[in-house]
Amino acid sequence: MHTIVAIKQVPDTSNVRINPETGTLIREGVPAIINPYDVHAVELAVRLKERFGGRVTAITMGPAAAAEALVECVEQGVDRGILISDRKFAAADTLATSYVLGSAIEALNAEDPVDLLLFGLQAIDGDTAQVGPGVATRLGLPLISYALGLESFDPVARRAVVRRKAERGVERLETRLPALLTVEKEVAEVARAPLPNLIRAARYQPELWTAEAPLRFDPDHIGIKGSPTIVGRAYTPPPKTPGERLRVAEQGLAETVSQALAAILSAGVVESLGPVPVTPQQEVSHG
Amino acid sequence: MAEPGAGPKIWVFVEQDGGRAHPVSWELLGAATGLAEQLAGGVVEAVLLGHAVQAIVPEAFAYGADRVYCSDDPLLAHYRNLPYAIGVSQLVQAHQPEIFLVGATHLGRDLASSIATRVRTGLTADCTELSIDPQLKILAATRPTFGGNLMATILCRQRRPQMATVRPRVLPLPERQPGRVGELVRAELGLREADMPVRLLGFEPAAGGADIEYADVIVAGGRGVGGPEGFARLAELAEALGGVVGASRPVVDAGWIGYEHQVGQTGKTVRPKLYLAAGISGAVQHRVGMSGADFILAINRDPEAPIFQVADLGIVGDVAEVVPELIRQLRARTAGAQGGSHA
Ligand SMILES: Cc1cc2nc3c(=O)[nH]c(=O)nc-3n(C[C@H](O)[C@H](O)[C@H](O)COP(=O)(O)OP(=O)(O)OC[C@H]3O[C@@H](n4cnc5c(N)ncnc54)[C@H](O)[C@@H]3O)c2cc1C
Ligand SMILES: Nc1ncnc2c1ncn2[C@@H]1O[C@H](COP(=O)(O)O)[C@@H](O)[C@H]1O
Repeated sequence: MHTIVAIKQVPDTSNVRINPETGTLIREGVPAIINPYDVHAVELAVRLKERFGGRVTAITMGPAAAAEALVECVEQGVDRGILISDRKFAAADTLATSYVLGSAIEALNAEDPVDLLLFGLQAIDGDTAQVGPGVATRLGLPLISYALGLESFDPVARRAVVRRKAERGVERLETRLPALLTVEKEVAEVARAPLPNLIRAARYQPELWTAEAPLRFDPDHIGIKGSPTIVGRAYTPPPKTPGERLRVAEQGLAETVSQALAAILSAGVVESLGPVPVTPQQEVSHG
Repeated sequence: MAEPGAGPKIWVFVEQDGGRAHPVSWELLGAATGLAEQLAGGVVEAVLLGHAVQAIVPEAFAYGADRVYCSDDPLLAHYRNLPYAIGVSQLVQAHQPEIFLVGATHLGRDLASSIATRVRTGLTADCTELSIDPQLKILAATRPTFGGNLMATILCRQRRPQMATVRPRVLPLPERQPGRVGELVRAELGLREADMPVRLLGFEPAAGGADIEYADVIVAGGRGVGGPEGFARLAELAEALGGVVGASRPVVDAGWIGYEHQVGQTGKTVRPKLYLAAGISGAVQHRVGMSGADFILAINRDPEAPIFQVADLGIVGDVAEVVPELIRQLRARTAGAQGGSHA
């Protein structure tokens, strides 16, 4: 069985800072990581390989440095890593990205038929959650987004049952295979990489695909040209003026809390702090 | 100047579940009405798919739709990506809207990206602000990016429709105008079950069913709450204030409380009247989900915690002390008021 995982290298946005003068991102010193959701997607692929045999391919479109991310995937148990990298891909929005990834997956599928495609739920740099659904739509494959886990997976009967996080609960969906899943972190717990993987990864060189070879991507569908959306303006959100700070250490507990309750009341954000239903019985007694 | 109603179409996808419309649909109709006013002769149109959803049609009119395209089909009873994506894309191709807004819910994000890909147009995710660019007369869709550190305004110059998803509770609910009428267009989509690759086998409603998105009072806890027992006390406080419990991501990851309580970038956006943040540091990924609250009260023992930068009032103190005291004083007030009502 053949699984393809799409991964993206992203700046660790929990460490991102903005230059307040220019409103631009300070990238220096911000570590590049594999998008956290994608790590779980890779793990699921590796788990399935352990159970059913076969191969796992990881693909990414990004700058040359993203080769590192593919090497980390090999440490995790991926067999083959493909870096799709070319200046011509720069400034791609999700439509252009899904074109490139979709075309690459089609080519890989022609070589070695794909049973499952795994994407992260969303990439933490843009948080769009659009690329996975975009690729599924382009390839005409069933899509299950927000996948929480596989309840069953049968590569022979080509069926899977997937748990999906919906707005108000969890759906159990049966899909035919191949299908494309965008995954939540729950989908597979990440295990420590075994030594043989580390050894293999140490000398692994991902394949490099450009805009022309081995595939010729349509120049009208990639990069800026293939991207219907553009960033008109970027700015830092204006800071709010912080409110007063009451200190328990200075005013004492009871007094601080009493002042805070008074402030809430005078702000008019709760109806009243008087008769609030504490238990259903009391609610009835207030009639 | 164009005839009213003959100008560009501003579309809203009406999300429903079991015949109940998601309020984000009405928030979007409010936004669409504002956008239509800025475009000569703009009309507001709603798209409604589902089964036995007739009751929603007059609601869509009441919240501002001039026209509703409705497809009622047992095959559409539960949301699935493919029939909805095919169906709505067909309608888009037939009626050529200028702008198309969808709620950034799980359903909406799943659907909107598939539609945008089918019709090969641009889609801006999770917008917090929509306006018409005064020069270009096109949609200016603003969204937080890089984890809320930066705001970006996105334009889609050439392709149509210009699509955007917007999170629930980011835009105000417009006033409902009962009795407002519009045109109902029934849409035949020609979908066949045999073509659908995915089948819904079952649904488990979220435990607790906390509906934090639309709560007026949220008592939220972070790592500083200490553990599940601390959350039990927050639940008491929430009850005393007539609210619900929210949480930061690490405590959800740690299993102290269910994911449906999570507030923030990867959780829910909330806009309560009162947001009480207990033992939450106030990382930007948390703040993007709650900074729209009317009043924020933060409790943290670190006076430098970033949460204080967005708080209207801060208490520098220990959650383990302050929360029980809040409960005690609230209960004392309740008891006092009860005594008073008997007098
Ligand atoms: C891509 C991405 C998405 C994310 N999405 C979200 C999201 O949706 N929601 C979210 O919340 N986070 C999200 N995060 C995580 C976020 O960056 C923070 O790590 C998280 O919000 C911190 O949670 P916290 O405030 O509970 O914990 P901490 O940062 O550990 O803060 C705990 C706070 O409690 C205080 N404290 C400790 N003990 C006490 C006590 N006894 N009394 C009073 N105060 C006390 C401490 O001073 C501290 O300020 C995301 C991160 C990433 C990278
Ligand atoms: N440039 C890329 N290369 C490979 N995969 C990507 C790329 N961009 C996005 N993805 C995949 O799509 C998912 C969702 O990303 P996004 O739609 O950008 O939020 C990610 O978790 C990845 O699995």
